[in-house]
Amino acid sequence: MKKVFLALLLTPAIALATESPAKVTAQQFVDLQQGDTVYPGFRRAHAKGMCVSGEFRSNGQLSAYSTATVFQRGVMPFTGRLSIAGNNPTAPDLKAPVRSFALSFAMSSTEQWRLAMNTPPVMAVADPHTFYQQIQAIQAGPAAIKQFFAEHPESKEFLTWAAQYEASGSFASETYNSINAFYLINPDGKRQAVRWAIQPTVAVAATDMQGANALQNEMASRVLAGNVVFDWVFTLADVTDDENNATKAWPDSRQNITAGQIVINSTSAQLEGGCHAINFDPLVLPTGIEATADPILRARSSAYAESYRRRATEQLTGAFKEPKND
Amino acid sequence: MTNTERFSLSMRLFHWGMAALILAMLTAGLLMVASLDGWQLTVLTVHQVFGVIAVLLVSARLINRLSQRIPALPDELTQWQKTAARVSHWLLYGLMFAMPVSGYLMQYFGARPIDVFGWFRLPAALNVDIHNYALFRELHSLLAIALIGIVMLHIGAALHHHFIRKDKVLKSML
Repeated sequence: MKKVFLALLLTPAIALATESPAKVTAQQFVDLQQGDTVYPGFRRAHAKGMCVSGEFRSNGQLSAYSTATVFQRGVMPFTGRLSIAGNNPTAPDLKAPVRSFALSFAMSSTEQWRLAMNTPPVMAVADPHTFYQQIQAIQAGPAAIKQFFAEHPESKEFLTWAAQYEASGSFASETYNSINAFYLINPDGKRQAVRWAIQPTVAVAATDMQGANALQNEMASRVLAGNVVFDWVFTLADVTDDENNATKAWPDSRQNITAGQIVINSTSAQLEGGCHAINFDPLVLPTGIEATADPILRARSSAYAESYRRRATEQLTGAFKEPKND
Repeated sequence: MTNTERFSLSMRLFHWGMAALILAMLTAGLLMVASLDGWQLTVLTVHQVFGVIAVLLVSARLINRLSQRIPALPDELTQWQKTAARVSHWLLYGLMFAMPVSGYLMQYFGARPIDVFGWFRLPAALNVDIHNYALFRELHSLLAIALIGIVMLHIGAALHHHFIRKDKVLKSML
């Protein structure tokens, strides 16, 4: 009897497994990201970064599309973080394949917005379970990742981007993409799917860069010399675009709206700035912005929460150690 | 408080209504912290809203409980059994408050305002307090485990009364 019951329980699981990738939990996902060496108190992904702060100078152009107060004409301060991909908080800056920019707008006690953006404009895969397999393949080495991409034709646009991408010589000269789409909700309740990119206003070549903290040092001295400015450009989806598939870019012909400038006016080491405590969960959204059903986007909240819980608890219990940067 | 055989209708409604709510909340909580699937965000949002509802319900329930007579425990019970019954009931009340309050406080210190179906938002701290976040995040989990344990004991005791002792304890809540 027990065996029959177990068999009945497992049958649907087996049937599902043949149709789609094996399901993983947020805990398994974060286990994979953190790898064999855990750095207590640090983010499990994009562990190395620096805090920045500054303001968003909104030109009001997006206020017709979203009721979010941040888009009204005016200035909104932010706490941000520039980081590189990887689990190691002391990793060399220039080796990482992906650079990131995260922002936190604390508009009021009831309105917060967190953003987590990366240099690639699209994902290689469309769902978190396949993403897990992609990370496994990356960890397994070049042959495994080559085979993985061969078996996943949806990675084509990502690979095209990766083939032409050249890492620049500064955090200030990268483009940071939302990757996932969101809905802007206008005053009439109408929703518009958008993606966005924070685009540089300077070009910096990657020459003569040295040291594990090359990017952080470059950025710190750049900001000391003057504000670092980005344009914040939103792309509006057409009815023919799929806002729920992060592997597909929308055509270049789509309408772009520049919402204003992101201006960085100070930097600090991540353990000294306000960014270290923040979970840049992109599903913390203000009124006027909503999540799409994109499976990658939907997975981010619980994965980020698991990583955040681990490092927050490590800080509380004193397990947190500041690693030597050598 | 000895002359009632059965809990009042309002108390029975509160009991079974909140039993369903607690079961749903515990299940949702355990599933949503592990899931990477698309429904996770929806369940999280509903879990938060139902937490708000739970605080209101348990407050009304406590007022209702304190204003009414309840059936006495069977005389056959030993003193320690009676004490255990009373303590477990008040622990259940305590946990029914502590669960939503700790859940709200972890969101508060994580600077994550709770959106109640787009009607209004519960305020959160402007800036994240990671230590208090960790404290209430872990507390929320530990209290959930305690609640699961005491609910199991509660169900076990009710079934024991009904099937082994064959008294009226379970019937008084039906």
